[in-house]
Formats: sequence, structure tokens, C-alpha cells
Amino acid sequence: MHAVKSAIVVFPGTNREHDAVAALRAAGGREPIMVWHRESEIPEVDLIVVPGGFSYGDYLRSGAMAAHSPIVRAIVERAKRGVAVIGICNGFQVLTEAGLLPGALMRNAGLKFVCRDVHLRVENAQTVFTAAYAQGQVIRAPVAHNDGNYFADAATLERLEGEGRVAFRYATPEGELSDGANPNGSARHIAGVFNATKTVLGLMPHPENASDPLHGGTDGLGLFQGLARALV
Amino acid sequence: MKARIHITLKSGVLDPQGKAIENALSGLGFGGIGNVRQGKYIELEIAEADAARARQKLDDMCRKLLANTVIENYAIEVAP
Amino acid sequence: MSEPEVTPALAREHGLTAEEYGRILTIMGRTPNRTELGIFSVMWSEHCSYKSSRKWLRTLPTTAPWVIQGPGENAGVIDIGDGDAAVFKIESHNHPSFIEPYQGAATGVGGILRDVFTMGARPIANLNALRFGDPGHPLTRHLVGGVVSGIGGYGNCMGIPTVAGECEFHASYNGNILVNAMTVGIARADRIFYARSSGPGNPIVYVGSKTGRDGIHGATMASAEFDDNSAEKRPTVQVGDPFTEKLLLEACLELMSSDAIVAIQDMGAAGLTSSSVEMAARGGLGTELDLDRVPRRETGMTAYEIMLSESQERMLLVLKPGREDFARAVFEKWELDFAVIGRVTETGNLVLKEGGRVVAEIPVQPLVDQAPLYDRPWVKTPERAALAAADVPAMATREALTRLLGAPDLASKRWIWEQYDHLVMGNTIVRPGGDAAVVRLPGGKGKKGLAVKTDCTPRYCFADPKRGGAQAVAECWRNLVATGSRPMAATDNLNFANPERPEIMGQLVGCIEGIAQACRALDFPIVSGNVSLYNETNGKGIHPTPVIGGVGLLDDVADAVSIAFEDAGEAIVLIGDTTGWLGCSLYLSALFGREDGAPPPVDLAAERCNGEFVRAAIKARHVTACHDVSNGGLLVALAEMALAGRLGASLEGPQGGVPAHGWWFGEDQARYLIATRAPGEVLALAAKAGVPARRIGTTTKAATLTGGGFEPISLAELSDAHEGWLPSYMARP
Repeated sequence: MHAVKSAIVVFPGTNREHDAVAALRAAGGREPIMVWHRESEIPEVDLIVVPGGFSYGDYLRSGAMAAHSPIVRAIVERAKRGVAVIGICNGFQVLTEAGLLPGALMRNAGLKFVCRDVHLRVENAQTVFTAAYAQGQVIRAPVAHNDGNYFADAATLERLEGEGRVAFRYATPEGELSDGANPNGSARHIAGVFNATKTVLGLMPHPENASDPLHGGTDGLGLFQGLARALV
Repeated sequence: MKARIHITLKSGVLDPQGKAIENALSGLGFGGIGNVRQGKYIELEIAEADAARARQKLDDMCRKLLANTVIENYAIEVAP
Repeated sequence: MSEPEVTPALAREHGLTAEEYGRILTIMGRTPNRTELGIFSVMWSEHCSYKSSRKWLRTLPTTAPWVIQGPGENAGVIDIGDGDAAVFKIESHNHPSFIEPYQGAATGVGGILRDVFTMGARPIANLNALRFGDPGHPLTRHLVGGVVSGIGGYGNCMGIPTVAGECEFHASYNGNILVNAMTVGIARADRIFYARSSGPGNPIVYVGSKTGRDGIHGATMASAEFDDNSAEKRPTVQVGDPFTEKLLLEACLELMSSDAIVAIQDMGAAGLTSSSVEMAARGGLGTELDLDRVPRRETGMTAYEIMLSESQERMLLVLKPGREDFARAVFEKWELDFAVIGRVTETGNLVLKEGGRVVAEIPVQPLVDQAPLYDRPWVKTPERAALAAADVPAMATREALTRLLGAPDLASKRWIWEQYDHLVMGNTIVRPGGDAAVVRLPGGKGKKGLAVKTDCTPRYCFADPKRGGAQAVAECWRNLVATGSRPMAATDNLNFANPERPEIMGQLVGCIEGIAQACRALDFPIVSGNVSLYNETNGKGIHPTPVIGGVGLLDDVADAVSIAFEDAGEAIVLIGDTTGWLGCSLYLSALFGREDGAPPPVDLAAERCNGEFVRAAIKARHVTACHDVSNGGLLVALAEMALAGRLGASLEGPQGGVPAHGWWFGEDQARYLIATRAPGEVLALAAKAGVPARRIGTTTKAATLTGGGFEPISLAELSDAHEGWLPSYMARP
């Protein structure tokens, strides 16, 4: 059987690339190819991962400097051809700064870095990223970020809702939406969004840190397993 | 020439840092304070003698990198 | 710019005594110039020379068959089997953090990370031990906020999880907070890098950030008492750049995978001076540096400024000859400065050149070996009488527990550790908030893991330094055991007031004596450490605070247990003897504002025996949750287990004739609480091992603590008290 081929893009300051490698391994994919930011080409793969971390120290704005590197131009090209791209945490920030995903990630409403488990409601299970989940299912995964407060103007938010492009929302363990369950003040409790073709996903939580029984939960592994099944 | 760039959040965008500053100021007893907004200030030297051309370059820099126009506005000053 | 003339007065301004200056004149055989004087002053500062503590530090046990490197290098190294080594150290950044809490704490984390990766180790866990002043003191909130965001800001960006630590409050820290940061890293045991220069002619290379004027005289600042003008010392505080440090880490580890490096040392306190001098001294060689080649951020810097700068994120390397281009390519890939700035020599001298001219020349061995060593006068802390339970006021158990769980020292520190990325690297198995944290070794290869924790109970140390020193070691060891790990070795951060006062020196001597005794009894050697003295403002000193940071080994992280109750219907068993010792307890200080009485005795034989029993029971999978009993006593420990597991407990009342307040809140040592599905077996094994053990209750689905002879308490109420204090304290304007 063909196993999913993936590339993980590494910028100076990226720090969760090995966490993503571990999750992709656990999901049964091939050993991911690590791609250094100075390279201008990306190998032919089924999936491109822009992992978490502090690319360029989060200086200027989180993700801003990485978004203008040559490798991101190559990612945009590949995404246009329909290759699946997932941006996690800092990767999400990079993809919004690069214009692949709408909106922006602002400073957390609490003005503090926040690292804790959150519950996420799966809002659209009909995509390559979420196929392993049921619509409305609540999963648990950690967040770890300073700038995860999702913002988009009202028209954009309406469009995202209307087109089924909200991937995950922060929720209570029972799946209710509440300010208490929203760790960063994101508009409409949005934790992750898709592009128009639903082949690009950006999300703030870390499914890769909920992919091993010893993490205390494996709810995040479904995302990687779903991709492994959908992309081959 | 020397350029100064002010980057501020657009008026519709919530600014939690500005709000925290406002609360802290009122906590310190400064009354009559409102609408505190926090922004960024960037200074740079640009090798360009013509002010209009410098502005154009700076505008390009702001749109491409220095500001995120989804949430931010920017203003450019140049001085010889 | 002309150099000021060196006079005894200038030497005094540099913190050197008349006698020390006299010794410099003898070593030099002439009057030193200002650069040379500056170099002597930092090398002979308390911070670099340990001149007040060295005599006593030598009495600590530092060896064991598994110790690869003890104190004296950048960090300690222990063998953890399979060719792996754990590399760790704790270090203080107290004074800078008081002056500028964010940058002070951040650069403290940066410094200790460099100490560890300098040895060839990849850091896998950060810890921090924090002490702040009274919560009611006007500066405390600002300092807590700044220090916590500084630690998070640096560690989070580096991508090293911050997994454990402690945070306490006491008025003795009002003018001198303590910020002690510890890093644990992993290396191959046969690939450890040392800071020992060799091979005359070998190139000396500078890598990392450029040099600026920041932090000049940081080492002397760390060796002086504060006064009311200390805030004006702000310009000497360094600014951290965790992004550059992350690049430096990756570049160093990449270069270390080759054979290009002879020696490496980070430029921490006293910067280029201490790194170049110490590498040369350890190798018995000389060093010649061309200061014109030092990358710098500012113009017009003098030799004095370059040598004393404490700019962060810099390293000094000795390379094998001919490997410069290879090394340069690695650092350029990571966009870091790289400059060959000198070479190793046989002269035995530190020679500094500027514009081809020698601007300083100092013999290295005397600079290091003849550093002052003081046998400062000390007096023993008077012994206190033990306090009878009858002399301690009783309070309704329900009220006492609720108030204790919400007291600053015991309240949940979630507000702090949720600002630290404690999950990055994906190997955090037991998260913060319990006893020790457990991290798995990286690489996804094996099952091994390390338990890590810092501990100290300063009010015990103040009351009885020797007992307090031993207790700090015992509690740290116990915390490691409580996860199921085998305690391996420790690092110590000795924080004290002004050692020139005999009673303070007596505290230092007493604490070290207690630490040494406990480390010997528990086979728990000290492999690295740091001393921070002069934590004193206007004559008011801190409580003696010898923080012990420990590392334990787990063969299989799946065996690790946390403090959280796992299931209802399990037996709760208390291990260890309970006499109801309330002297110096948190019950007494937090509820009645009293710190009198002698602290609890530390029976090291019982400590070892009970600990070995608990570890074996965990290994045999008899134990589902385990917690050491310390600050706040039995009922506090039990409530923490219940809160963490969201399960209640039905309890037996006090036993053995111990009064209720002593039973529930006394702080007898060498005790653990365990939850087990096999109480019969555990009690029988304990009886056989001669370990005191008794069943004191059962876990329940109902989220309430019932029985025990006190009014039932709901977990919701306890949780409000426990979780509420710190966030609401920090939210106040």
C-alpha cells in the first residue's frame, strides 16, 4: 500500500517539527521529509506541514517574516494545485500572513501565553483533514500560543460560516460554545479554518501533542490518520 | 533619508493591550482617559533622495511585510 | 579616550578589598591597567570565585559510580544507561530579576540553557524555583507578572518545555526575590563537550550575537548588597534574544556532531573574560585574543567594555586546526556571527591585543588559583525548642483546610505554569502541578524518562539550617520517588544573605552540612550548582534558601504515576510515621502568622527505607497515584490528589492519639500518600519491610471529603479556594 508522503517545512525558530514527525509516524505515514526554509522547492508530496514554533522569534508579527520567504511562495503554488497543506499554531499564523487563509491571529485576549488542554468541536467532518471525525464530535488537544485570537471582518466570517470553512471551534467538553471554553478570545470561538477548496487547514491547537497514549489522550491522532487514509 | 512608520490597529479591531493600558492608567488615578490604542513604531534609513519615490517604496514595504492590512493601518513620514 | 589611572580607590569601586588589590599588585608585579583590573574584579567576584562558600562547597558529596562530571564544569553529567547521559544545572538570576523582572528572568533561562547545551546536550526540560516578597508588598505583583512572562517568553520561544518548579511568598524576599532556573538536557555519554582548552596554536572562535555594552559588571552586581539606589543599576541588565539562542543551540549541536570542537564554553556572567580565562586555566595554557576581531554591535567600545560585556547568546570555542571553514559554514547557515578571534598559546598568559598592540597581559593560573578564599567567621543558629501540639491553636479542620489550600504558598500555581509551554517536544508524561514532572527521552526510541523537581522549605532552614538543608534534599528526593523514578543526582542553588555577617555565614555552613548529610544518606550526589550571596537590602536578609533540583530515572515512563486519584473505591494508604509535628508548619504560619518552633526532624534512614518501599510498590504496579506529604501536611496532600483526579475520599479519623490539627496538618517527614487497588498486598509488604503504613480512607465517586471526624467538604469549594487565589491576586490593579 502507498503510504502518505509529507514534507515538514522548518524556519529558523520553528520548534514543533519533531512533534509533527512523531504524529505522522504514529499515523503510519512515510518518514516525513524536512525542508529547510532556504530551499525554494518542495519535493513532490501529498501533504505539506507548516509546524508550530516561533519562526523568526515571532518578531514584527507572528508568522509575518516566514510568510515572505521563498519556500512559502512554493507552498502557495503547490496549494493552488490542490496539494493538502496544514498549518499548526505558528504555521496557521504563517498561512494567514501569506494570504492562503483568511483572517489574522491577534494577541490572546488574556494578554498571556496560554498552554492547556482545550476541547474542540468538529464543525465540518467532510474534508481530507477531518474525515476521521464525526460532525459535531468533541475532541481534546492542547493549545500553546501567545497570538491565537482569530480575527476576520464580519463579511469574511459570514462567508466562512456559509461555505462550511470553519474547521474547529473551542467548546466545552459537552460541545457547548462559551467564553470560558475559548482560551484566546477568537471570533465565533474559531480554532481552525479551511481555504475555499478545503485543501488547506490552519488551526491553533496541537493535534500532534495529543497523538500518543502517554500524552494523556489520542484525539489528535485522528487528524493525521484521516489524512493518511484520504491522501493515498 | 530617514523614515518613520506608525502602525496601528484598524478602528474596528479590538485591542486588548490598549484596553489593559487604559485600565492600568485609570488604576493609577489618571482620569478622563479613553480609546487607548497600542501600535508599533518603526524607524529606518532609506537610500533614496526623492521623497515621493521613498514613500512609494515604504508603502510597498508596509503592504508586503511591515503591516498586516487585515487588521492594521499604517502611516509613513519621511524626513531628509 | 584615555584610560583612568588605576588606584586603590578605583579597585575599591570594582568591589576589590585593599588586601585583594595588594594581591593583584603582587601577581602582576606592577600596577594593572584598567582592563586588567576589570578582569581581576570579575574573576574574583563572589559570583565567579565562590570566595566565601568554596571552603564549604568542598564538603558536599559529588561522586558516585554514575556521575560522569561533577561540579566545576558548565553543568553536571550523569550516566543514565544505554549510552545516554543527563546533563543539568541550576543557576540564579536574582538581582537582575529584581531590577528588571522580564529581562532578568528571561536571560536567566537563556544562561542556564547555554550551560547545558554547551556540554553537547539537547535541553529537554526547564524548571524554575521562585521566591517573592509578601503578596501585600507593593512590588510583588509586578515582579511575579514580569518574572513569569520572562521565563515563558524565553523558554517557549526556545521550544523547551518548562515542566516543574515552585513559587512561594515571604516578606524576607520583599527586597530580594529569587529566580533560580534549572535546565536538564540529554547527550550521548561519549559525546560530552568540556570547557578545557588544549593544543597550542588552535584557533579560538567567537559565535552567536554581537557584543554590546549590556550587562557590564553584572557579576559584581550579583555579588553586592542592594540599597535604595539599586533601581538605577538598570542599564547593566542584559536583554535576551531567545530566537538567536534557538539558532545558537541548533548550530552548536550541529557542529558538535562533527569532530571539529576541542573545547567550548558559553559567555555568561563576566562574558568573554570568564570564558577565555576558565578554558585556558582548565587546560593549563594561555590565550591570545585580538579584540579588533570581536563582532560588536556598538562603536567605540574599549577593551575594558569588550571583556566585561555580558551580552547574551554568545559562545567561545576552541577548534581543531583547519576546521575553521567547516565550522563557519555551520554558523552561517544559522545566520550567526562567526569570528576567529585568537589562538591557544603556551605562554600561560591571557594576552589581549588591540590595533596590534598588547592592551592587557595577565598570568592565567594565579588569576584563577590565587582568587581569594575566605574562611569567614560564622556562628551556629541557636537551636529552637520543639513546639508541643498543645501550644498550637486548633482550628476547625474544614476551615483550616480551605484556608490552607488558598494560602499563597499552597494555592494552585496554574496561573504560572499555563503561561509556560510545558508540552512542546511531545514528551511530557507527567505535567506540572503535582510532585515531580516526568519527561520521556527524545527521539522516540526508548521508553526511558526523567523525573525532575526543585525543592526547599526556607522557614525550616531559617529555624534550623542543618535540618532545613537536609529536608530540602529529602523532599526533592521524595518527590522524585513519588513518580516511581530512581533519584540519581542533584544540583543546588544556595541563596543566602550577606556572608560577611557571622549569623548568615552560620546559615550557609549549617545548610551545607545538612545537604551533605542527606545527599550521602540517600546516595544523591550534588553534580553542579550555583551560589548566590548578598541577597540583602538595607541590612535585611532573605531566609536561607538552598534550592535542590533533582533528577530521577524511569526505565519505562509508562510506569510513572501522578498525584491524581484514578478511580473510585481505591484504598488510600499513608506511608511513614505521623507524630503531628506542627512546629514551623505552614498551618502555623499561614493561619496564625507564627513561625516558631523547631522544624520537623529528618530521619534519613526512614526516608530511604520508606522511599525505596514506595518506589518498589509503584514499579510492581500496586500504586495508581502517589503524592509526598510536605507543606500543609496530610490533609492538604490528600485534597490535592482528590482535586487533581476529580474524585472524593471517605476518611478515617486521626489515629495513634495524635490531636486532629497535628494529624491532618503536621509536617512529619518521610511520608507519602498512595492510592492502591491492592491494599492487602501493600500493607503486608510494608509490614515485611518494616515501613509504617496504614489505610486512612477510600476514594469515592462523590466529589467530597467525608468522615475523618470533620464536617464534609466539597471539592468544588476546595477548588475555588485553591485555584482562585493567584488569578484573582494577579488581576487586582
